[in-house]
Amino acid sequence: MTTTAPDVNNQSAPKPVKARRGGGVIGNTGLYLATGIAALLFLVPFYLLIRNSLSTDSEITGENWKFFPTDIQWGNITEPFDDTTVDFAQSMWNSLVVGVLHTVGILLICSLAGYGLARIPYRHANKVFYAVLFTLMVPAAVTFVPSFVLVSSLGWVDSYRGLIIPGLFSGFTCFLFRQYFLGFPKELEEAARVDGLGYWGAYWRVVVPNSLNFFAAIATITFINGWNAFLWPLVIGQDPSAWTVQVALSSYMTNQTVNYHLIFMATAISILPLLFVFLFLQRWLVQGIAQTGIKG
Amino acid sequence: MSTTTTRDLARPAKAKAPKAGPRRRLRGSRTFNFWLFTGPFLAGLLVFVYIPIGWSIYLSFFEARFTVTPSEFVGFAHYREMLQNDDFMGSLVTFTLFAAIIVPTTWALSLGLALLVNRLRFMRAFFRSVFFLPTACSYVAASLIWKMSIFNGVRFGLANTVLGWFGVENIAWLANPDPPWYWLVIVTARLWLQSGFYMILFLAALQNIPKELYEAAAIDGAKQGWQTFRHITLPQLRATSTAVILLLLVAAYQAFDEFFNLLARTTWGRPPLVELYYIALGQEQDYGRGSAGAVILTLLICVVTLFQGKIMGFGRGEESK
Repeated sequence: MTTTAPDVNNQSAPKPVKARRGGGVIGNTGLYLATGIAALLFLVPFYLLIRNSLSTDSEITGENWKFFPTDIQWGNITEPFDDTTVDFAQSMWNSLVVGVLHTVGILLICSLAGYGLARIPYRHANKVFYAVLFTLMVPAAVTFVPSFVLVSSLGWVDSYRGLIIPGLFSGFTCFLFRQYFLGFPKELEEAARVDGLGYWGAYWRVVVPNSLNFFAAIATITFINGWNAFLWPLVIGQDPSAWTVQVALSSYMTNQTVNYHLIFMATAISILPLLFVFLFLQRWLVQGIAQTGIKG
Repeated sequence: MSTTTTRDLARPAKAKAPKAGPRRRLRGSRTFNFWLFTGPFLAGLLVFVYIPIGWSIYLSFFEARFTVTPSEFVGFAHYREMLQNDDFMGSLVTFTLFAAIIVPTTWALSLGLALLVNRLRFMRAFFRSVFFLPTACSYVAASLIWKMSIFNGVRFGLANTVLGWFGVENIAWLANPDPPWYWLVIVTARLWLQSGFYMILFLAALQNIPKELYEAAAIDGAKQGWQTFRHITLPQLRATSTAVILLLLVAAYQAFDEFFNLLARTTWGRPPLVELYYIALGQEQDYGRGSAGAVILTLLICVVTLFQGKIMGFGRGEESK
């Protein structure tokens, strides 16, 4: 874990100052003890997830607490996929399609708009920007009723279109791109202009290739948000075949029969893709949050 | 539009050999390029953000049940009804209570974690990852772990097991609103999910505090610990703290997932969005009243955001002095 996430913070943390500050062995022990306890508490839910998903139901619900399953039930891994009440495989697939298309679409549409707003000196650009800023005041979640009304009259309920397209026009992401492009070195674009490229050519051949870090950061955050979204998929997914994995998990909780090990295994499987994204792309993620969270 | 754009991209050679012509003039035109870049986004914004808001305002004045086409004009009746509706007003109280608890606790916990991690010299990346890891989980997954395992009301839930070791009776965490233990479940779930994210913001801000400030304070005889924290760290984190509090407020306002999942089939602890969900998409499918509720909420959050913007701008102005 530590090796996959090169620490960006370390570079700017001057160690000599820290060393001089002392605190000694006792202070350090206290520091590590406190951090360690906090870390253990943060890991408890993950521990429960793994323990429950690899146990039998009788062990989970047993009289005495078992810290680990006596026999690890590897067979549980396939159970969510064989379950007939909820089509778990279909919901995972839906989430993957929605997550990927959502991310690609947002990156394309919002980055272009952000660049236009930041860099093309058009007379009414300010007015347009205010129209975008206004939408920031109204969180998308609050308008789910009217959005559902619109999408259902388009006949997009229970479809990928309905799940993906309404979420692509994120004023916030557009705003983040605009802020980023405002700080992009002008000289690079001017050089491209001298070479005879128009705005469009300069954007794709100079600006985008030099902004991949920022794009990666936004992509990571967007994918995580898309995968974890619940309210909109719940509203749109009226038919189980259009459920994303979050809606499927939610339905397990209200089912008549509770099959503990299956439910926890399904949850673990639903988190797994994100943990991969997370561990391998953590660098982008942390950079992205540090850059965008403060500016936004 | 897409055909012209791809053609432009597919013929980069032309760009190298500029020719005076209508195409070249178009390519250099600021107006054309502005709409070329922002057009798709703005069209989508119009259709999927502005039109729904407008439609919703329109619907809120009409009777519209089981259908999204309005039938009978009712004026402000829906608004009056919603503002007198105990459930809807109760949901605003629930939100206020929720925000009053979750905002300060998340602020304190994420700042505390950032301070701890910032002082670590070994295994810093490891601990940072551990605190940040829950950000990868969804509210649904967390609700499931909380409801089915940690705060399961029966004997084998983790919380009841641990309490049992000390001889405490089982507690029905979610199934009984009196005493309101469900708040503990909801607040801890959200704390676990979002603290790591805000910790990253605080960490970045902590790294930006000039080290000279601490050195100067040390020369002036300031004691390590509380004094430097109170007089240097906290004031230097002001901008980030304000931003974090505002982000937390907006997030709390939109709370839905964990309330919906943890408190399914209960009548207590419903924040505004859950209430709206049941009005518009529940048994009644009352889009007229649902739209009125959405408009009220939208206005409320507009006021709150404008107010926030004022505070935020104010805070920034002071910082830049």
